[in-house]
This record gives sequence, C-alpha cells and structure tokens, in this order.
Amino acid sequence: MLREHRLSITVKVSLSVFVLVVIACTGTMTGPAGPEWWRVPLALLERIPGFGQSGLGISSGVTEREWSIIWDIRMPRVVLAGIVGATLSLGGASYQGVFRNPLVDPYLLGAAAGGGLGATLVITTVGSDRLEWPVDPVPFVAFMFALGTVALTYLVGASFGGLRASSTLVLAGVAMVSLTTAIQTFILQRNSDVVREVYNWILGRLATASWGDVVLVLPYVALSTTVLLFHRRHLDVLRVGDEEAAALGIPVARVRLTVVVAATLGTAAVVAVSGLIGFVGLVVPHMVRLMAGSTYRVVIPLAITVGGAFLILADIPGRTLSSPAEVPIGVVTAFIGAPFFIILLRTRQVSR
Amino acid sequence: MSSVEFRHLAVKYGRREVIHDFSMAVASGSWVGLIGPNGAGKSSLLRAVAGLVKHSGDIVVDGSSLSLRSRSRRASLVAYVPQEPILPDEMTGREYVMLGRTPHIGYFGHPTKSDRAMVDDVIGRLGLDDIAPRHLGVLSGGERQRLVIARALATEAPILLLDEPTSALDIGHQQQAFELVERLRREHGLTVISAMHDLTLAGMYSDRLALLHEGTVVADGSVEDVLSAKTLAEFYGVRVTVHREDDGTVVVVPRREQL
Repeated sequence: MLREHRLSITVKVSLSVFVLVVIACTGTMTGPAGPEWWRVPLALLERIPGFGQSGLGISSGVTEREWSIIWDIRMPRVVLAGIVGATLSLGGASYQGVFRNPLVDPYLLGAAAGGGLGATLVITTVGSDRLEWPVDPVPFVAFMFALGTVALTYLVGASFGGLRASSTLVLAGVAMVSLTTAIQTFILQRNSDVVREVYNWILGRLATASWGDVVLVLPYVALSTTVLLFHRRHLDVLRVGDEEAAALGIPVARVRLTVVVAATLGTAAVVAVSGLIGFVGLVVPHMVRLMAGSTYRVVIPLAITVGGAFLILADIPGRTLSSPAEVPIGVVTAFIGAPFFIILLRTRQVSR
Repeated sequence: MSSVEFRHLAVKYGRREVIHDFSMAVASGSWVGLIGPNGAGKSSLLRAVAGLVKHSGDIVVDGSSLSLRSRSRRASLVAYVPQEPILPDEMTGREYVMLGRTPHIGYFGHPTKSDRAMVDDVIGRLGLDDIAPRHLGVLSGGERQRLVIARALATEAPILLLDEPTSALDIGHQQQAFELVERLRREHGLTVISAMHDLTLAGMYSDRLALLHEGTVVADGSVEDVLSAKTLAEFYGVRVTVHREDDGTVVVVPRREQL
C-alpha cells in the first residue's frame, strides 16, 4: 500500500463499531435452543417500558423460559466474549507496540502461564469442594497469579535491563513462562485425576458466562482500556526506538511500565474468567494493521472493536456446531483466524 | 539562535570514562564539526547533549543548564539525528515528520491544527510533497535522510545534532544532505554540531573543527589549523596529504603506505 489511507480515523472507528454491533446482535439471536431469531429483538423491545403490552403493544410471543435463555445465557455470553476479545487484542496491540515486536501477545510476560498455575493450584488443592464455596476461588487466584508472575518478570527484566530494557524483558518473560509452566506440569503430573478439569480451563471457555462474570471483569477492563487509549500517541513515538523517543522528550521507561501494567491488568482479569484464549491477542492487531493502517491512533481503538467482534463471531459456531457439546473457543479462534489472516496477508502482497 | 557551552563535561559507561573534562563554547548559529577516530567519543558527546546518557559537568544553552530543563523542553531545544535512525517500514513520511512535534504536545495531548500546518510547511519547504504520503519502507536512502532532517526541523529546535548523518549515503546524496542542513542553518539560524567521518566534507561545511581523541579535545580551531597532515598522522595514525584548493577548500587525501 503506497498511498496514505483515505478514510479518516473517525470513519474507520464508526465502521468497526457498526460491524461489532451487527455481530453482537447476530450472536444474541442465534443459539442451539431458544426462540426463532426474529423474536429476539421483539422480546427485548417488549421489555422496555412503553413498548410492551401497556404501551405500543409489541408482543413477541417469547415464553419466560425462552427469555431466560436470551437474557441469562446468551447475552452475558455475547457481552463477555466481546469484552474478552477486545481486551486481549488491545493488550496484544499494546504489548507489540511497547516491545516493538510483532510476534508478541499479551501473554508474553506470563499473564497466561501465571493464571494457569493459579487455577491449577486451586483445582488440585481445594478440588471439587470449591463448588460449595459461596464464591468460586479459581478466577481470583488465577488473577492474582497472573499479576504476580508479570510483576516478577518485570522485576527480573528491569534489574538486568539497563540500555536494552525491552529485549531483556522479553527474555525474562520467556524464562518466567517456562518456569511457571514447568511447576504447573509437575503439579498436574502428581494429580493426574484433575488433568481434564485443568485442561478445560486452559483451553478457554465462555460457556459458563454470567452477568456476574461481566461485572467482575468490567472495572479492570475499563481502567486498562482508558489508560491504553490515552497512550496511543506514545506508542507511535516508540516505533522509532527507545533512544529517538527519549530524544523527542518521551519518558520511555515510565510509558513502557504504564502500558505494560494497564495491558496486564486487563489481560489478567479476562484470563481469570475465561481461561486462555489464544490467537486473538496476537493476530487481531495485525488484521487491524493490514486493513486500516499501522498508526496506533487507528490500531488501538480498532483493536478493541475488531477484537470484540472477532471473539463474538468465533463463539457462534463454538456453541452451535456440535451442540449440546461445545467446541473450545480457543480452537475456533484459530480455525477462523488463521485462514482469514493468510488471505489478508496474500491480498496485501498483491496490492503492494 | 542558541549558543551551547560545555563546562567540564564527563561521560561514563559503567567505570569507563569516554569523555573527560570536555569544555568548549559553540557560538550561536555556527556549525561545529566533531572529528576523530572511531571510539574517540564523538557520539557520546552528542548523546549527552540529547539527554540520552548521564553526564557530569554542565551543558549550558542560552545561559542556563540543560539538566535543569524538563525532558520535553530539552527536546524542543535540541534535535538529535542518530547515526542509524529507525524508520518503521509501515509509517508514512508525513506521520514520521509529525513525530518531530512530540516535544510540543502535552502528555495526554494530540497534534493540533497548528502542528499539522507546521508539518505541512516543513514538507513543502523541503520539497517532500511526493514522498510524504508514501511508506518509509519503499523510500530510497536519500529520501529517508531528507525525512529525518525534516523531522528534526519540525521540532523547531534551535540546536541540531547530527551523528555521522550521511554515512549510509553515496557521495551525491551526502552532499545534498549537507547542503540542505547548510541552507536550513542560514534560514533558521540553527546551531549545528555534527560528528563526521569524511574529513574533506567536515572541512567544507564546518566553521570550526574539534578533533577528539580518547575523550578529550586534542585540536580545536579553524579548518586550516585542525586539518594538518601532522595532526592527522598523530591521532588517526594515517599518512595523508592535505591540499588547499584555490577557493579555500581543504582536501584530505589518504596515502598508501608503500608506493
């Protein structure tokens, strides 16, 4: 692409928001059980005061049981998928920017491995007793372990960092991830009865999504998103390297720490409720770059909308194809994402 | 117009001191060429001015110390062009020049209309209109170099630091780049401090040369004084002949050991 992109950023963002809304509606209207798809919007309208029986008289003919499928099962699942996809892809874009490395995903510094270890520890030590607890401890412990692992990586990386802080951090991340994974493997090997349960957690799932999960992650995700949106210009300056960015007056170390903390907070929160969903954080930012240009002024907002839309879309076949069984969402993201990405790369090469 | 004064500057990497007790005053609007063999400390000196390495002693610009200024104020006084600038392939020329406005944009701010007008003006004056919408990855070495200079100009900094700015260019583009800097120096009254490898080019464009050797100035003065066969033999360890052309240009020609 030799020319500058012609559409303005506002147009691109509005377009992607529109696509996100369309996909979210599709997600809400389809499913293996529940009413016909066209009754869903009617059922929603019917429940808005002034539109239902006492007002405009809209009647959807949806039973209470069907409504419960829409409101308690489908909608939280669609919303959570949107939040998880948006956060992972935003985290990936930010990590790629701050480390100036296109092969980086938000799990680089150990958010996923740490979360996995935390979940494994709870599942092996507390076992099925935890189902009788008032609150499931798995998300909380996974969240704390995810944050703790990244903090440890940062401490290790920064203490040896010096001039090449960014590449040292990446290496520290690799070391921490292998250490954490090794511990997890060791624990699993000694508790082979829970392997299946842990494995299910690791593959990632949205099946058990409830409004409670949405409320749980929302504050972290909102904070993370706000901070990262405010740093999109800094990510553009960092593209010319730490030295030149510093010479342009950017406090490089502080910006990197802020962005990593914000992206990690969001990632750890969504890992805690949905497990490890791969591919989104790595590839969606690149899809955005290929479609809309590489400046972070566009990449950051579009990573949010496209990431959300992508995961909602990926979740639709996941829950309908082999119903009532579920295809793990991580498998679907790779199945849909990989060919799409290859096509995108290919058409791009032709247009060059 | 800004003057730069170095007062007992010293730069250390770990325990190794690469600049020792460097003092020098650079007049406002002048071009000082730093020459010297590899490892003499030319780059470290420029990096110290740009605020990229810690230093002791003082760097005084227009009467007050640079270390007392905020990071972005410092960046708006001193524009730094590194030896090998990083130009992201996917960035457009215009986006790249816009990065030069960074010191003038607040932490949470974004480029304003006047920033965009300023960038368009720089692009226009440097004749980069054709290059500006294209991606950096497809540009030639000369075009990239002009964009780097445009970015430095967009900072509106009165002091321009060039670290071997043309080492990757052929002789024609080297000359073009230096002519451009010279033109901008005259138009804007820029103070230029540049590290240079090519002694003839250094002599052609600098008002004054400083020869660095192992972190100290061993010769400092007019081009004629510094570029002498004897001095160069002593500090570069080379055999050269120094010619003086009729127009005053000093030409340094290396000689083979045995003929």
